[in-house]
Amino acid sequence: MLEEVGTTTEGDLVINVGPQHPATHGVLHLVITLNGETIKKVEPHLGFIHRSIEKMCESLTYRQFIYVTSRMDYLSSHINNHACALCVEKGLQVEIPPRAQVIRVLMDELTRIASHELWWGAMAMDLGAFTPFFHAFREREGINDIMEETCGARLTMNYMVPGGVMQDLHPNFQKKVKEFLQLYKRKIHEYDELVTGNIIFQNRMKGIGYLSPEDAVSYGCSGPTARGSGVSSDIRKLYPYEIYDKLEFDEVLENGGDSFARYMIRIREMQQSVRIIEQLIDNIPEGDFQAKTKAVLKLPKGEFYTRVETARGELGVYIVSEGGTTPYRIKFRSPGFSNLSVLDHIARGSKLGDLVAMMGTLDLVIPDIDR
Amino acid sequence: MWSFSHIANEIHEWLSKTFNPTLTLIIEMVIAGVAVIGLFAALGLVLVIMERKVSAWIQIRLGPNRVGSKGMLQSLADTLKLLVKEGLTPNGADKIMFNLAPFIAMIVAMLLMAPIAFAKDFQLWDLNIGVLYVSAVSSIMVISILMAGWSSNNKYSLMGAMRSGAQIVSYELSAGLSILSIVVLTGSLQVSDIIHSQANGWWIFKGHIPAWIAFVTFIIAVTAETNRAPFDLAEAESELTAGFHTEYSGMKFALFFLAEYVNVFIVCAIGATLFLGGWMPFHIGNWTAFNHVMDYIPSSVWFFGKTFFLIFVIMWFRWTFPRLRIDQLLNLEWKYLLPISMINLLLVTAMAILGWHF
Repeated sequence: MLEEVGTTTEGDLVINVGPQHPATHGVLHLVITLNGETIKKVEPHLGFIHRSIEKMCESLTYRQFIYVTSRMDYLSSHINNHACALCVEKGLQVEIPPRAQVIRVLMDELTRIASHELWWGAMAMDLGAFTPFFHAFREREGINDIMEETCGARLTMNYMVPGGVMQDLHPNFQKKVKEFLQLYKRKIHEYDELVTGNIIFQNRMKGIGYLSPEDAVSYGCSGPTARGSGVSSDIRKLYPYEIYDKLEFDEVLENGGDSFARYMIRIREMQQSVRIIEQLIDNIPEGDFQAKTKAVLKLPKGEFYTRVETARGELGVYIVSEGGTTPYRIKFRSPGFSNLSVLDHIARGSKLGDLVAMMGTLDLVIPDIDR
Repeated sequence: MWSFSHIANEIHEWLSKTFNPTLTLIIEMVIAGVAVIGLFAALGLVLVIMERKVSAWIQIRLGPNRVGSKGMLQSLADTLKLLVKEGLTPNGADKIMFNLAPFIAMIVAMLLMAPIAFAKDFQLWDLNIGVLYVSAVSSIMVISILMAGWSSNNKYSLMGAMRSGAQIVSYELSAGLSILSIVVLTGSLQVSDIIHSQANGWWIFKGHIPAWIAFVTFIIAVTAETNRAPFDLAEAESELTAGFHTEYSGMKFALFFLAEYVNVFIVCAIGATLFLGGWMPFHIGNWTAFNHVMDYIPSSVWFFGKTFFLIFVIMWFRWTFPRLRIDQLLNLEWKYLLPISMINLLLVTAMAILGWHF
């Protein structure tokens, strides 16, 4: 009888959360051992959306493989493309025109805001509040419209190419971004009124899912997850790429280590992204948007590695080249995978309701984990 | 002339003249039963479309706007869909309990209709322990949820049912105590007596701050009792997919759904009756002209207006607040609401003995 209802020998209940479950936001499968409502163990099972992107990239040329990477972390596709383009440029040793650099940074930061917006809405939905989701989408829609005009796509942009960006900015770009910023600054207070300041929300978030700085480092966490524990890990500050070293922005750090700290990191990061965009939007230099590159790209023999800061953390791109037109081997170091691995550690001993809150603050995107 | 009580009396007189007393009683019971079922269905349709429109309004959406004028027939279309849908019984489920549970939920909701005064002197059964009857019958609701959760042979359902059991049993206490504070002020458990005691002012105005505390406690407690957000732990979508009714489909699911909405209506009607004067119009002291204008509005409009205002407040909660965690939910009841309502009951009793209310 006990085995029939899926209990362990100690009488604990084993339940499957996913692969189809409203809280996993994708096809993640968690096997949870429960004692009453208390979590004893969380075991993530991966691979339900594995598309072998790394293997596919080996048969695509250096221009082509960037498009596939939009489908990894689909919420920050610009930044994925950016990382790959940077790695190819490192091998080619091309100088990117300043205009292209500024456009890339602008797009990255807009993507970061859009991604955090979606995370904010989805996380509030995990906690049972449906309304923030729609409010977040109202603002995210503005960013998507801006992207659509310039890149021609709303989700998988494929805008960054080796040597710069694919085409020049749309004439409306500056005007639209300024309009968006104006609206956004007015609306960001609503977020605090609706969610951050809510007493139920604060009680749900504070003191759960504690991740110590040591554990954050040893599990390889990055991005807001690590910074919520006070670990400085912003690649934009530590290993600046493009023009990030010339920009004024703060690396957001919180020392709480709990879910609320991770939540506040993302809320404050959105404001930093706004700051970066404000610095750049009036100072886009004139000139080429793309460096002159050969029609067929060939990387010299060797290994190349670049890393960038996506909305979720550190994305590393590792290319091994044999000197041909296609990479010999590609490996992505995705932030989601390492951030997910910490879930079992932080979830033990808390309630089932807390699990969804913790998963929300880890900001998991399943295609990024499985690739 | 066209008031509900007048029509009811006309029908009663005509039936008494035409048939013998036993047959009259039977026919009247049938009429009452059909009326309750009709009201039940109508309320389900109205409240579902109201919830969807309210949520759309809060969430900057349009809501349903395709079926009928401004989407007003959407819930009718949904009901038709649910009626023709196959009601699955999962393999390994306890078939009798599984199929019985939604009917118990519905029967409880129907029974609760009995002592509610919908208009002036218009109520199905004005029994002398009306308020006690309501709190007693509403606790049977938990049995249907426990049955549904246990018999579904699904771990999510089981957890939802267990949560719901803990929740409803706890929150009944504060709901009961806040109802009791009005009973203490009125000195009667009869619904009509409670309403008539508010002829010169609703209890929420006459009862000073203790009545307000009781009112707020009542609203929180009944929100929890009807499993509405932020206390919807029994069906917590992001945790338990759909909680106790995960395995239900078709009309069996629809009955749970209907029962939930009718329960919301009933608790709001009780709240309106106890605290907001039921069908009593709003009067201000000696403003005779104003009071006459208020009297001109039919009593049923007053009753439904107050009830729907409270329903709107409960819907407003749902679309604003995040969900509580199970331990926080029980802490809120046992550590805060219950002591507060107990002390409040003492205050109300002192107030009633000393005659401090108007």
